[in-house]
Amino acid sequence: MPKITYIDASGTERTVEGKNGMTVMETAIKNNIPGIDADCGGACACATCHVYVDAAFTDKVGKPSAMEQSMLDFAENVKENSRLSCQIKIRDDLDGLKVTTPESQH
Amino acid sequence: MPGTPQRIVIIGAGQAGGQAAYSLRLGGFEGAITLIGDEPQPPYQRPPLSKAYFKGELEADRLFLKPLEYYADHAVDLKTGVRAERIDLDARTVELDTGAALPWDKLIIATGSRPRRLAVEGAELGGVLELRTLKDVDLLKKAAFPGARLVVVGAGYIGLEAAAVASQLGLKVIVLEAMPQVLSRVAGPEIGQFYSQVHRAAGVDIRTGARLEAFEGAGLVTGVRLAGGEVLSADIVLVGVGVLPNMELADEAGLVCGNGIAVDGEMRTSDPDVYAIGDVAWRPLVHYGREGRLESVHNAIEGGKIAAASILGARPPTLEAPWFWSDQYDLKLQTAGLWTGADERVMRGDPQSRSFAVFYLKEGRVIAVDAVNAAPEYLVGKKLVAAMATVAPAELADKSISMKEIGARALSQ
Repeated sequence: MPKITYIDASGTERTVEGKNGMTVMETAIKNNIPGIDADCGGACACATCHVYVDAAFTDKVGKPSAMEQSMLDFAENVKENSRLSCQIKIRDDLDGLKVTTPESQH
Repeated sequence: MPGTPQRIVIIGAGQAGGQAAYSLRLGGFEGAITLIGDEPQPPYQRPPLSKAYFKGELEADRLFLKPLEYYADHAVDLKTGVRAERIDLDARTVELDTGAALPWDKLIIATGSRPRRLAVEGAELGGVLELRTLKDVDLLKKAAFPGARLVVVGAGYIGLEAAAVASQLGLKVIVLEAMPQVLSRVAGPEIGQFYSQVHRAAGVDIRTGARLEAFEGAGLVTGVRLAGGEVLSADIVLVGVGVLPNMELADEAGLVCGNGIAVDGEMRTSDPDVYAIGDVAWRPLVHYGREGRLESVHNAIEGGKIAAASILGARPPTLEAPWFWSDQYDLKLQTAGLWTGADERVMRGDPQSRSFAVFYLKEGRVIAVDAVNAAPEYLVGKKLVAAMATVAPAELADKSISMKEIGARALSQ
């Protein structure tokens, strides 16, 4: 089971076990991780599950799709390593993934 | 602090009721919360029911808004499979079908809406289905084998989304719509025409201006009879002709109701200790200067947050322009705002490219946008709608001017 670590805006880390095929967003919701709203439930329709991917994993996680990139272009506080966590599916090679949540999703 | 509520009861465990409970706990409320739902599941997402869940891409527990453990861990007393039967405003109680009477200091009504049923012959036949709950869609999934003939009544979001999935699953699909255009209640004619073409290209038989007369069959539905006598063979009928607010409890209790339970900007009903949120709330639509009912995830979440903030005396969330989405085939329709009352429509992009948007203007101001596979148009459009910004139609139509530029200019004014 790949482990995923969520770091909130104040630096608190929470590590949980993920399941292959589930998304980083769903895993956060399932484990009551604060800082990810996911209003639309993972339809890539709302940009409220924004996270920053740890530098060590940006290549492995990959680039956002065109649709996701467009959503990110207009989200708040977007950086180079921004992704929508509903679009990152967990796989074995993402074991140890760290993502940081922004201060606010709105 | 005197007057701090100790017992909060929430009637309705859908997305709005669930959100109210989550926001109350997140906001530091330490009293008792009871969340009553008449379905067997904990609060879950409804939008995927007509989309990914119908298609078989998601299991039911992936729809749950919070894992089951959440409720015990956060002392939210979730009572599923239970109906509220009466609200007693004098005694400050809710009576349940279990015989219990729950006392409350603050009451939140989040009873949602139910599918409107057609008053035609045969409406009670087996195989005449609706799509609102997990149970509904599980029935539909069981019947939806490849080759089955499905007649969808009503070409709104639900009907068309279900039609898209069904045709992808290999069903033979006919969609009947009484109006001359599909999606006519929720979007302008350009969007309706586009989606009609998309569905027809996928092999769905879209019939607008259709006049339904009866469902035929003995026990199980076998056909749909139209005015004029034509009978369409059907193994399944799905009726998606809008919803009605579940406001009877509130109405019988003496709370002021219109087309929904009337609430103020804090989602308070005519009794200041009673709130109504979600589909059932007849609420001020601040961007439009009128009241209305919204049937959407956005409205459910926002209402839950507003009611919780009001009860806790906390800062309310910033009000968003109403937003919606619909997934059909490879197309994502994202809508911000309400197009009713528009006096001008501006097309941006070419529908043939399957990425375009329609902006709706009223007296020069952007009141809504429908964006098909066009996230920038949607996201900037949503900000324009929230600000009721004035933008020249020629500018909106000009693809050589980016949405970022349009947004920056219009919103800096």
